[in-house]
Amino acid sequence: MDKRVLLIEDEPNLIEAIRFILIRDGWAVQTHSDGATAIARIREARPDVLVLDVMLPGRSGFDILDELRADPDFTALPVLMLTAKGQAADRERAEQAGVSRFMTKPFSNAEVLESVNALMAGGA
Amino acid sequence: MPRGALTGSRIRDRRLAAGIRQADLARAAGISASYLNLIEHNRRRIGGKLVADIARALSCEVSTLTEGAEAVLLAALREAAAAGGRGAEEERAEEFAGRFPGWARLLAERHARVERLEREVEALSDRLAHDPQLSASLHELLTAVTAIRSSTSILAGTENLDPAWAARFLGILDAEGRRLAEGAEALARYLDGPGRAEPAAATPQEEVEAFFAARGWHLPELESGAGPEAVDALVAGAAELTSAGGQALARAAACRYAEDARRMPLAEVEARADEGAGAVAASFGVPAQAALRRLALLPGREAGLVIADAAGAITFRRPIAGFSLPRHGAGCPLWPLYQALSRPGVPVAAVVEMPGAGARRFRAEAVAAPLGPADFAAPPVFEATMLLTSAGPEGAAEAVGATCRICPREGCRARREPSILGPAPP
Repeated sequence: MDKRVLLIEDEPNLIEAIRFILIRDGWAVQTHSDGATAIARIREARPDVLVLDVMLPGRSGFDILDELRADPDFTALPVLMLTAKGQAADRERAEQAGVSRFMTKPFSNAEVLESVNALMAGGA
Repeated sequence: MPRGALTGSRIRDRRLAAGIRQADLARAAGISASYLNLIEHNRRRIGGKLVADIARALSCEVSTLTEGAEAVLLAALREAAAAGGRGAEEERAEEFAGRFPGWARLLAERHARVERLEREVEALSDRLAHDPQLSASLHELLTAVTAIRSSTSILAGTENLDPAWAARFLGILDAEGRRLAEGAEALARYLDGPGRAEPAAATPQEEVEAFFAARGWHLPELESGAGPEAVDALVAGAAELTSAGGQALARAAACRYAEDARRMPLAEVEARADEGAGAVAASFGVPAQAALRRLALLPGREAGLVIADAAGAITFRRPIAGFSLPRHGAGCPLWPLYQALSRPGVPVAAVVEMPGAGARRFRAEAVAAPLGPADFAAPPVFEATMLLTSAGPEGAAEAVGATCRICPREGCRARREPSILGPAPP
């Protein structure tokens, strides 16, 4: 069975690059770019791993994660959060919301792949 | 609030001014001379009927003796004690202010200044952390850099990449490269832009720099035989000089400017400026450092000026585009300014170049000389002065930096601390 990842990110060029490296690694990749409708998309896609940007149009990644963790269906969903904000306060906010891994831009392809695969294997 | 202690000093002052003996005033107030002595030296509190009797004997209002600046001072001391935590004998604030009024005022002023500086630091830190425009700009740049890094890695690391994919990632590189350049330009404009509120000068030296910069680094008021009154008027009317320290430094710098202007009249020095500092010094019979200063502060000429004390700290700076000057502390040990300090009285000149692509070259002329007249009773105190002017691209140039912390030059023999930047690009 395919490993499924849902990438919620609003930067088309970044989506293109991350999608490419994940597909090359054997992942089935779906993408979504709108924060406001992200929850519905996650429910529909039922991914094995969620890659979630913080700054999204319509709703922040933090809010999306808050709502996700309040839903018993998604309490254990591995979530890799991407952000350009590396301050301690943002990391703390992500941890409070229940993030599995937190990655700050500019990250490398290898780091993204390693994190997504580790989350799939059950590592945090 | 008990307010007797400082009232004692006021009683003493008024009694002496009125020429009344302590024993006579004590008798008039119905107390012993020794008790009045304790009151006058702020060793006993006083209030109620006794202070009214003394006021009557001194022919003044009670309020003249009991109200005034001391209430403010005592409040400030108590604030300082509260802010300082343990250790201060708060209940003895009055006694302290009475016995050591100068120290008390100094402590209150220091406490007020610390509080003001803490508020400024907080405001600046808050602005950096929460400035929405800065945050948005950095987000743009980091996102573009991430896309470029990711696409480059795919292009460089994927064997037999499908030409269609290769074309897509090359397109991404092109688009994100442009976005990065535009974002960097926008950020630079924002940081330098006139619309952005400048932080207040943090040190007296920065106030002096702001004072000169606001006048185009030229003071026409001091060009024709200006005396101390003209300097005082100029300093007093300068909005940039907000602290007593800044005013004092600006007054000293302006006096020096007036003296240089007197010895090297504007029209004559302008006529000889292109001959260089050595020729100007010889022509007017002035020390080389005076010629360097004068040439750096002529109207309409692009020049930089750096003056450092014998410890290497920069005490005066006129920046010039392309030559980074540290805001605080010392600069690059390789500057001719510091070579001059090791050879006082010997002029040092060199063409120097800052790191980085497209760096400008500068001719740097420096000399160190003792401050003030010769004194056989004390060792001399030296000061170094360096003039910076634009230099052409021909010939060799000495590689220098701004200050080690932000200098990317690797393997520098003069490095005193690691750089926060990476190595310089090849």
